[in-house]
Amino acid sequence: MARLDTQQKLEILADAAKYDASCASSGSSRRDSRGGKGMGSTEGMGICHAYAPDGRCISLLKILLTNSCIFDCHYCINRKSSNVRRARFTAQEVVQLTLNFYKRNYIEGLFLSSGIIGSSNYTMEQLVEVARSLREDHDFRGYIHLKTIPDADPELVRQAGLHADRVSINVELPTRSGLRKLAPEKDDKRIEGAMKDMKSSIVDARDARRKYRSAPRFAPGGQSTQMIVGADDANDGAIVTRARTLYDRFGLRRVYYSAFSPIPEPSAVLPLTRPPLMREHRLYQSDWLMRFYGFTPKEVVATTDDKGMLPLDIDPKLAFALKFREQFPVDVNRATREQLLRVPGLGTKAVGRILASRRFRSLRLDDIARLTVSLKKVRPFIVTADWRPTLLTDRANLKALLMPAPAQLDLFAPPPANAA
Amino acid sequence: MTPPAPDRTRFHRITLDAPDDFDGWRDAARRLLAADVPPERVSWQVAGAESDLFGADDASLPPATGAPVTVGKDFISLARTAICHRDPERFGLLYAMLWRLKGDRAALQDRADPLVTRLRAMEKEVRRDAHKMHAFVRFREVEEEDGVRMVAWFEPDNHIVRREAGFFMRRFTNMRWSILTPDLSIHWDGETLTTSPGATRRDAPDGDPVEETWKAYYKSIFNPARVKVKAMTAEMPRKYWKNMPETAAIGELLAGAQAREAAMIEKSRSEAEPPPPPSNAQAAWEALRHDIQTCRRCDLYCDATQPVFGEGPLSPRLFIVGEQPGDQEDLAGRPFVGPAGALLDEAMAEAGIERDRCYVTNAVKHFKFVQRGKRRIHQTPTVGEIKACNWWLEQERALVRPPLVVALGASAARALMGKAVTISKVREEGIILPDGSECRVTVHPSYLLRLPDEGARRDERARFVEDLRRAAQRADALAA
Repeated sequence: MARLDTQQKLEILADAAKYDASCASSGSSRRDSRGGKGMGSTEGMGICHAYAPDGRCISLLKILLTNSCIFDCHYCINRKSSNVRRARFTAQEVVQLTLNFYKRNYIEGLFLSSGIIGSSNYTMEQLVEVARSLREDHDFRGYIHLKTIPDADPELVRQAGLHADRVSINVELPTRSGLRKLAPEKDDKRIEGAMKDMKSSIVDARDARRKYRSAPRFAPGGQSTQMIVGADDANDGAIVTRARTLYDRFGLRRVYYSAFSPIPEPSAVLPLTRPPLMREHRLYQSDWLMRFYGFTPKEVVATTDDKGMLPLDIDPKLAFALKFREQFPVDVNRATREQLLRVPGLGTKAVGRILASRRFRSLRLDDIARLTVSLKKVRPFIVTADWRPTLLTDRANLKALLMPAPAQLDLFAPPPANAA
Repeated sequence: MTPPAPDRTRFHRITLDAPDDFDGWRDAARRLLAADVPPERVSWQVAGAESDLFGADDASLPPATGAPVTVGKDFISLARTAICHRDPERFGLLYAMLWRLKGDRAALQDRADPLVTRLRAMEKEVRRDAHKMHAFVRFREVEEEDGVRMVAWFEPDNHIVRREAGFFMRRFTNMRWSILTPDLSIHWDGETLTTSPGATRRDAPDGDPVEETWKAYYKSIFNPARVKVKAMTAEMPRKYWKNMPETAAIGELLAGAQAREAAMIEKSRSEAEPPPPPSNAQAAWEALRHDIQTCRRCDLYCDATQPVFGEGPLSPRLFIVGEQPGDQEDLAGRPFVGPAGALLDEAMAEAGIERDRCYVTNAVKHFKFVQRGKRRIHQTPTVGEIKACNWWLEQERALVRPPLVVALGASAARALMGKAVTISKVREEGIILPDGSECRVTVHPSYLLRLPDEGARRDERARFVEDLRRAAQRADALAA
C-alpha cells in the first residue's frame, strides 16, 4: 500500500474521531502568549471556530493518533474487526498540524484520542508525547484535551494531566450489561477506578495551587466523559440517573451524550438505524435541569413515560410543569429563585433579571415580555401584577397550546428508526 | 464662582473622533452633565460622517468642573461595549442612561426598563459580534521581505476592531499579523499595534496552502448521519461564510449526506459484503445469556424455573428456532432436551445434520404452562409474549448472522416474520425475512408426537426430515 500523506491521514483519522461528541474548549485557566516564545491563549470562554452541517461546533482539532485498535467494541468504527482503512500519525505530524491550524485561527487547540495499539501504556506514551512537545518544545498555550486510557500507568496519566487542560475517560455505555455486551474488553470497574484517581489528582493539585502559587497545574479544565445513547437498551431514566451519579462521584465537568449513529462497517449486534437526535437533545436538556436548575434526578425521571423515556415532543421542563401543575402558577413578584427556575420558558438569566428588577417595580406582563424570550410559553405558569392564568393552568389541552408547531416531514429523509 | 445658569433651551451638537470613541463621548457627556443639558437637547455625530443641517459645532459647552458625576463600574463597562454598536443612536441612548443615573444610581439594575433593555441588547450584540470575530477571522500567510505575515480579511457588523485587537495580540503575541476590515485595519509587528484606514477584500491575500488541509478536516469531521443545518446557521450565520474557506464544502456535504447515510445502512444490510463477525461475539453472547436470567419483558418469568437461552456454535451450519421450552427444558435450562428434542435429534441424524454444528434456540425463552395436578401442561404463547421475547431472538440472530434460519412451527415463524404465517403455504419455497436473510418453515417436532394416526405420523416425519435436509443443503449453498 502506498504511503499516505498527511492530508490523507488527516481525512482518515478525523473521520474516525467524529463520533466523539465533546469539543468544548472552555473552563480552563486563563493564560496567553505574552512573555512566551509560542502562541496561544485561553480566556475562559470557549470559542467555536466553525460549525459543521451536523450542527456540531468545531473548536478543537479532533483527531485520533491512530485508528488501529486491539479492542473490538461493537459500537466503534475503529474496532479490530472493522474493515476501515487504518492510518497512524507520528507525534510530530500532529504537533505541526495543530500549530499550522492554530496560527491561522482555525482552532482553539487539540483534542487527541487514539485507538489502543501495542499496549495501553505505549498508546498513552504517544499521546503524552504530543502534548509535551506542544507545550515544551513550542510553548503552545492553547487548549489541549487528552483522552486517557483507563489501564495506563498512573504516572503517564499524571503527565497527561500536567500538559492538558482537560482529560477525559469515556464510560461508553450507560449500563454495565451494555458494556459487557458491546465492549467486552472494557471493564466498568477499571473505568470508574481511573475516573476516581483522576478526580483525586485534580482536587489535590487545586489544593496545592491554593497554598503554593508555583505548584503545577493539573487538568485545570477538569475531566469529562461520554456515553453512547441508543446502542443498548438503557432508557432515559437510567441514563439521567447514571449521569447524575457520575457528576457526583467523580466531579465531572460534563457528561456528553452521543446519539449512536449508524457507522460504516457496523458490528452485527447493533441497531442499524439511529435513535432520534431529539432524544440526545432531550438528554442534554435534562442534564441542564439537574446542573443549573436544581432538579433532582428523581424529578427528571418523573417526567419520563412508562418505558422510562423522556417525551420527544416537548422539553423535560415543560413536561415536569404539565405533570406537577399543583406547583403552578408561580408569582414572579414573590417566588423564590428556586421556584422561578422551574417555570418553563424562564432560564437562569431571565430569573436573575426578574429578581433584580422586581426590587424596583411590581412586575407586569409587559415587563416579563422584555425579560424573557417567549411570553407565550411562560404565561400559563406565572402570576404578575396584572395577570393571573385562572383556568389556563388547569386546561386539559394545555400541552397542545404550548407544543411547537408541527413541521413538514422530509420526503427524502432516511427511514425512521422503526423501519429496520 | 457660581456656574452659569443652565440654558435648557439650547441645542448642543457633539462630534466624536471615531465611531468607537469612548473617551470622547465620556468627556462630552461629563461636560453636558455639568451644564445640566437634558438628553433631548443633544445630538451626536461622528467626524467624517456628519449630517450637517444645523451648522457648526457648539463650542459653548463649559469644561466639566467640580466633582464629576460618579457612576458604577457596570455602566462604564456597558458604555464601553455599547458604544461600538452600529446603531447611530447609541451615543444619545447612553447619555440618556447617564442622565437617569444621575438621579437614581441603581437605575441600571432595573432590567425591565425599556432603555436598560435596549442598551443591554446592544451590548449583547456587540459581544456576540466580537465573539464571532474571535472565531471566524481566518489568517492567510503572506511572504514579506522581512519574514512571514499572517493577514486576514473580516467584515464585522459593529465597530469592534479596535476593541478586539487585544484578543489577537494576546493570542498571537509572537506572530506578525494584520486584520483588514472595511472601516479600519489593525497591524501587529510583535511589539506594537498600529491602525490604518479600511481596506477592501482585494487587499487581502486570496489563498493559503494549508486551507486545503483544513477543508479536508472540515469535510471529514462532519457526520452525515446527523444533519442539523439550523443549528449550524444559528451559530455560523451565512453572512460570515464568504470569508471562511471551509464553508465552500457545505453544499456538497449536505447534498451527499443523505445518500451517504443511506449507503452506509444499505451496505451493512446487503448480503454482498457481510461484515466479519466480531472477534468477541462469544463474550457478547455470554453477556446476553447472563442478562436474560433477569428478563422481565413479559410475565412468563413468574412461573417458569429459568429462561432457556439458545445454544450451539456462533457460526453454525443451521440456525434453528423452536417455539418455547417444555417441561424438561425448563428444568434443565437447555433447549430441545425433552421428547420433542429427542425426535429432532433423530430427524437431524437422518437428514445428515450434526446437532453440535447447529445453533438451537426458541422464539419464547420461558416455559408457559398450566398446572394440572402434578403435570405442567404446555400452553401456546400469545402474540404479546412472542413479541416481548423477540428482543432476545433478534440479538441472537444479530450475533450469529445466519444466512438461513429454520423455523419450527407457527410460533417460530411468527417471531421471525413479525406476522402470522401459514406453514402449509410457505413450507415448500421458504420466505425472505425483513432483513434479507432466508427462512425455511417446517412443523414443530411436538406436532409429530401429537398425531394420533400411526400412518400419518410416519408420512409427516418423513416430510419433516426432508425439510431439514433441504434446509441444510440450501444453507450449505449460501455459505459456499
